[in-house]
Amino acid sequence: MMTRAIPLPLHYRINIVGLLALCVILFWTMVALFASQLAPHGVGEIVDLDYFGPMSRQFPVGTDYLGRDMLSRILFGARYTVGISLASVTIACVTGVTLGMAAAVTGGWFDTALSRFLDALNSIPSKLFGLVVVAGVGSSIPVLILTMAVIYTPGSYRFARALAVNVNTMDFITVARARGEGVPYIIGSEILPNIIGPVFADVGLRFVFIVLLLSGLSFLGLGVQPPDADWGALVRENISGLPFGAPAVMFPSIAIASLTISVNLLIDNLPKKTRDRSA
Amino acid sequence: MNSFVWSLVGGRVLVAVFTLLVVSFTVFCATAILPGDVAEVLLGQAATPEAVAGLRAAMHLNDPALLRFVRWLAGLASGDLGKSYANNMQVAQLIGPRLLNSLKLAGITTLFSVPIALALGIAAAILRGSVFDRALTFLTIAVISVPEFMVATTAVLLFAVHLKWLPALSFAREATSFWDLLRIYAMPVITLAFVISAQMIRMTRAAMIETLDTPYVEMARLKGASPTRIVLRHALPNALGPIVNAVALSLSYLLGGVIIVETIFNYPGIAKLMVDAVSTRDLPLIQSCAMIFCLVYLLLITVADVIAILSNPRLRR
Repeated sequence: MMTRAIPLPLHYRINIVGLLALCVILFWTMVALFASQLAPHGVGEIVDLDYFGPMSRQFPVGTDYLGRDMLSRILFGARYTVGISLASVTIACVTGVTLGMAAAVTGGWFDTALSRFLDALNSIPSKLFGLVVVAGVGSSIPVLILTMAVIYTPGSYRFARALAVNVNTMDFITVARARGEGVPYIIGSEILPNIIGPVFADVGLRFVFIVLLLSGLSFLGLGVQPPDADWGALVRENISGLPFGAPAVMFPSIAIASLTISVNLLIDNLPKKTRDRSA
Repeated sequence: MNSFVWSLVGGRVLVAVFTLLVVSFTVFCATAILPGDVAEVLLGQAATPEAVAGLRAAMHLNDPALLRFVRWLAGLASGDLGKSYANNMQVAQLIGPRLLNSLKLAGITTLFSVPIALALGIAAAILRGSVFDRALTFLTIAVISVPEFMVATTAVLLFAVHLKWLPALSFAREATSFWDLLRIYAMPVITLAFVISAQMIRMTRAAMIETLDTPYVEMARLKGASPTRIVLRHALPNALGPIVNAVALSLSYLLGGVIIVETIFNYPGIAKLMVDAVSTRDLPLIQSCAMIFCLVYLLLITVADVIAILSNPRLRR
């Protein structure tokens, strides 16, 4: 038991749709990392005398409401959308999964109280929660990251707890307890390796929710604040170009869709063993 | 119905009430305790220390937070929603007509999308694995994976910009005829319908497939019942509980959708009111709107759960 290999999701075989989806995700990750090298123009640089310019050789996805290059703005927007969402989902899932496993192992009043409280938190609609917090403390990137982490912790907790409860009844847990291992060891070395596959799938799903929520908030003008702009904010600032079908409105949305649909497709095409939620 | 079922339902309702308390506490904390002094914000440029202290006293801001919470909750329960900071009007007066507008929008969307979504979901379950099923599955995943505003902008691009059937983003003018009304409501309703139908179709399909995979449906098939009879007589009555549950759950997605749709189409509903209130930091208005939203949301989820309990035949006798 001591030397049992931890099943990393990287060892799994993957089909062609999943591979394509993975490529799109890696593409946006690279873009987020190297936006400043890739962007043809500065993010705030006005390069076109016309506004809402059409797609052209010089500006592949047109220009925005001030005549700035849309391509550069979308490339830089990837930083905010991907970066904030990743930070948020990491905090949410690390907290949620740790608490979930701890609740399953400890049981008793700790489990009951935590479950009740987080379930209650979970029944606040996510956009509403975001609105209320932004109204209370104003919008900044740390506030956004923390708020979305709080919103998606309960779901992650519930999921991890349900999985951990099943593992908790196994003999090797009883053996570990009999050896006198503490809760940190049991959840870290005995339970986590056995639920890591579904947990990774769940992280992906939650990442999608967070990208959508962040975009929604930014679209309402309550997310990332100007002069910075994530993809949702890009749609908002160019919405006046919608009646004449400016590419500046559609392309940020397409960027969001390509990312979220890819993550969903990747999860759907993982082997059943990894993503099975009823495990 | 026996007492066991009623105790389950009663328990569910109790949980909902407890949840509402936690929710109201969270809403209150987020808006009233966190930094950002309301008195200073309200006074703006005129915020001398004396004026701030005076206003704080007048608004009971110096009382302990718990006392303010209890007072606020008591006010809510007795229908006193407080006064708006922005224009000193009673919040209840501001919310009333807006809430009616939103309910109208939600009602029309529900009437419109529930039958279509159910029919599509059931059809997809019956034709499982067919091209129709796979196309529908792909479409619903696509709609679920994109933000609501993208559904809205795509609808505008399609129906207003390219086909020129409907007005783009205008909601300012009054409707004078039935045709006008139809044209005005069309775009928000289409957008919302897409958002909630996608969820409903997926859940209906899943519920139906689960029923079609049961042994008694296989038995019906073996004894030679026609496909129509199998679906209508054997499968559907048993899938009804989960399907109604799915409908109630999907309707809770209206809340998220309505916030975006009312903003993008400039629809004078309660969600637009709340988004505007957030940009002016009008806290009493935000708190009341948030509580109304949470109440509706909890109501839908609780109804869904109660239906799931009541429709379980194993609990019926």
